[in-house]
Amino acid sequence: MTTAATEDLYRLPGGIRLPSFKEQSRGRPIVDIPVPPKLIIPLRQHAGEPAKPIVSVGDHVLTGQRIAEASGSFSAPVHASSSGIVTAIEHRPIADRHRQDAVCIEIETDGEDTRLPDLSPITNPFAETQQTLLAAIEAAGIVGLGGAAFPTVAKLRHAIDTSIDTLVLNGVECEPYISCDDALMCASAADILYGARILLTALDLPHCFVGVESDKPEAWEAFRSAAEIDADDRLQMVRIPTVYPSGGEDQLVYLMTGREVPTGGYPSDVGALVHNVGTAAAVANLALTGMPMISRIVTVTGDGVARPGNYRVRFGTPMADVAAAAGGYTESAKRLIMGGPMTGLALTSDALPVTKASNCLLFTGPAIQTSREPERPCIRCGECARICPVRLQPQQLYRAHQFEQGDTLDALGLIDCIECGCCDLVCPSHIPLTHSFRTAKQQRKLEVYERERASRAKERFEQRRARDEQRAQSESENLRALKDKASRDAIAEILARKQPNKSDDD
Amino acid sequence: MLTPIIVLTSIALFCGACLTLAARSLPADGDAVVSEIDALLPQTQCAQCGYPGCRPYAQAIADGEAAINRCPPGGDATIAALARLLDRDIIALDADLPPPAPPMLALIDEAQCIGCARCLPACPVDAIIGSHQYSHTVVNALCTGCELCIAPCPVDCISMVPDRRQTA
Amino acid sequence: MRFEAAITPYLRPTTGVGAMMQEVTLSLVPAIVVYFFFFGFGILFNIVLCIVACVAFEALALMLRKQPVASTLGDFSVILTAVLLALALPTYLPIYVTLIACAAAVLLAKHAYGGIGYNPFNPAMVGYAFVLISFPIEMSSWLPPSLGDIDYVRPSVWERLHYVFTGGWPDSLTLDAVTRATPLDMVRNGMANSEMFAEIRINPIFGDFGGYGWEWLGNFLAVAGFWLLYRGIIRWHIPVAVLAGMLLPATVATMTTSGALPGPGFHLFSGATILAAFFIATDPVSAATSPRGRLIYGFGIGLIAWCIRSFGGYPDGFAFAVLLMNAAVPLIDRFTAPRIMGHER
Repeated sequence: MTTAATEDLYRLPGGIRLPSFKEQSRGRPIVDIPVPPKLIIPLRQHAGEPAKPIVSVGDHVLTGQRIAEASGSFSAPVHASSSGIVTAIEHRPIADRHRQDAVCIEIETDGEDTRLPDLSPITNPFAETQQTLLAAIEAAGIVGLGGAAFPTVAKLRHAIDTSIDTLVLNGVECEPYISCDDALMCASAADILYGARILLTALDLPHCFVGVESDKPEAWEAFRSAAEIDADDRLQMVRIPTVYPSGGEDQLVYLMTGREVPTGGYPSDVGALVHNVGTAAAVANLALTGMPMISRIVTVTGDGVARPGNYRVRFGTPMADVAAAAGGYTESAKRLIMGGPMTGLALTSDALPVTKASNCLLFTGPAIQTSREPERPCIRCGECARICPVRLQPQQLYRAHQFEQGDTLDALGLIDCIECGCCDLVCPSHIPLTHSFRTAKQQRKLEVYERERASRAKERFEQRRARDEQRAQSESENLRALKDKASRDAIAEILARKQPNKSDDD
Repeated sequence: MLTPIIVLTSIALFCGACLTLAARSLPADGDAVVSEIDALLPQTQCAQCGYPGCRPYAQAIADGEAAINRCPPGGDATIAALARLLDRDIIALDADLPPPAPPMLALIDEAQCIGCARCLPACPVDAIIGSHQYSHTVVNALCTGCELCIAPCPVDCISMVPDRRQTA
Repeated sequence: MRFEAAITPYLRPTTGVGAMMQEVTLSLVPAIVVYFFFFGFGILFNIVLCIVACVAFEALALMLRKQPVASTLGDFSVILTAVLLALALPTYLPIYVTLIACAAAVLLAKHAYGGIGYNPFNPAMVGYAFVLISFPIEMSSWLPPSLGDIDYVRPSVWERLHYVFTGGWPDSLTLDAVTRATPLDMVRNGMANSEMFAEIRINPIFGDFGGYGWEWLGNFLAVAGFWLLYRGIIRWHIPVAVLAGMLLPATVATMTTSGALPGPGFHLFSGATILAAFFIATDPVSAATSPRGRLIYGFGIGLIAWCIRSFGGYPDGFAFAVLLMNAAVPLIDRFTAPRIMGHER
């Protein structure tokens, strides 16, 4: 394993150094949370179409058994996180920014945690074909564990189709409070490297970068030791400076390769593919044990829980059970944030289940609240533009949003906003910029959809009217021609009748 | 002191006279106004306003025959936009029109459809496809929810369902 | 258990408008002390008067606009405007002139456009330019610095206050007797008489560079400016560009005319150069917003001010320079938008 020089890295145009707040959850071994009495497993835990259930109420399922199948190519299957009886398949509230609820399969666990008997590990993944590996990853329901939950096999297939040349493993984890990837790298560095090599085989690539943020020296050391045991020159470690948001997909590709992901596109459009280290570990786990994805490491942190740390949680575990296993609530537990303090989502109830996208549960009190100062008008100081990692101008975007200028928003690059939240922090007027951009994106999508429909309807209406007029005109022409012809025939007949009389006279 | 006042006032009066003459004598582009009004209408082509389509309604507004509050699918937003364009007062939707409804799509129950094709000419945007003796269907992407196809159907197999395709 | 709903981010922001404005105002205190030391207590009186007037006008405007008065005043922006206006105005103005300047700055330039964040023109400069054009005689009446060796009758505190409030003098004094031409005035008049700059500047009022007393003021304003740069409250683009816009043409001019026009040293330390570069042109609301745009904006201000000083009718041209460039800001912003990552241009 080689190490790349940090001077070879490119620099983000913006970004901000944040206090890390990771000390409270790091440095301790990962603890397995006991299986809760009830699992509520959403069928929409990933980007794309939700899975379709293939079990019924009353069925007995085993740990790792498939309970919902992927629906289409942009989807993923869902598996039972523990054994038990299916007690319900219905809409339940889920922790999602855009949707209130989704179809969930509720399982009353029996405490036995009986595994599916015919799990088949992949004993030599490097000898398998691309298609076999992709099919196995797909069947295991592996999705990206960085928070966006993209179905991994869809990403891999698209990358193979567009012939990428660079694979990057993302061990940056730049957002404060979150340390699940750090804990995973320290505990299972060898698995991650094994998974990386499997991915290289699946993608048929010769080379993989492993990016680790510079504030994770233990993880760096863990990788080095693992690499010594199992040397592979195809893997190269890269130390990434601790600047938020270096861990964003597009940002990491730029840092490492200098290539800019085109607007509205993906890293594979510039020949790169980024996977979270957790995803690589899940691939390794699949190969070693044959068990599909049924759990993940979740950072439970903040001053609202008694024992912050990293915990391995089965999907479908209600967040209240997770908090209880982490020592229960303290009196500072006023907010529950799924994700980090910059991009997370504040939830109002702890009855919601943990899913593949839940990388962190932050229980916090007033200590890290936003300022009590009121929101003031924008003073055009430009600090937000200075800090934006995509080189947008949030002050101009905000003004266009205020004055409802949709086309200006598009021209200013609204869709390129990665919603990292840097601009919110530096704004002296405390304007909720990122929130307004999220809203603006939704509004804009709706506006563009309506406008396109309206112009299409208008076009078809005009064509229809033109057609009707033409038909009416040609009908009236035909009628006139017929009338002409009829009158000519009549005149000819009269003349013909008259002619014989004339000839009679002569 | 007096001279500048006289000079400036004369200039102002002269410019005002020129502008008034120009506004009166140069022909206005009538079509441009109708197109601008039409661009603000939702293009549902439903004829609820009393005119056979959005462009005829726009023409009527431009001619001064129709009020700006006759479009239920456009709702208050369209009335406000028209008011802003034409410098008129914002008024409420005409009371004898149905209130604005959420976006709907027509749905043909294909099991019931007898293929009589009476609904095809009724659709102002040609959103129904199908030919005689074969069952028909509504193309969702083209349907504006105008409900003009419901009446001609002899077996009453067309219903309106909410349009859920807006935000993916 | 139920939890509070909230929106991102869930971290404390780095700064606030009120804190920023307070810090800028406080950084001007050493300069104000120097001003007092050289030119007497007039500046302190001006500052208090301007602050009281501006706050009162802002409160009035907010009440008329039905906005929350206390929390909007809490952004301290109007106090900064008041202090800058007080530093820009001569210390010897009848009270109605000062009040009109404050009214123009707060009511006309700021609230008529929608309050802070929406004003296209710099409020302090609008107030200053308004009274400069309306009351040219009063606005050119500057007190000289207290030089020991000038034959000069310095009016007492009471005589000064009497003038400010009533516009009248006690029998022994007149306005001409107590005011003197500033170095910039002398340069202006001297140029009109085709004198060389070297001849003009022999007068002791010129001090070492740009004016005795005024250059010390410039020093302390520059220190305050560097402090703000260090704290990240202002960024380097506008001050550097303003100074470049003024000093580069000055250097070229003094070299090509062999000293007939003043050189960069004089321009840097006289008049409002440093105040404008660090405090007035950097008003974020009315300035350009992109980095390249700010360089163009600042350079334009410096250049126009130099032109007015060298060839125009006023001794100091920063007010008009700033206002003219304010008008150009939307155009500058439109053409200097940075290239977004992932876009072609």
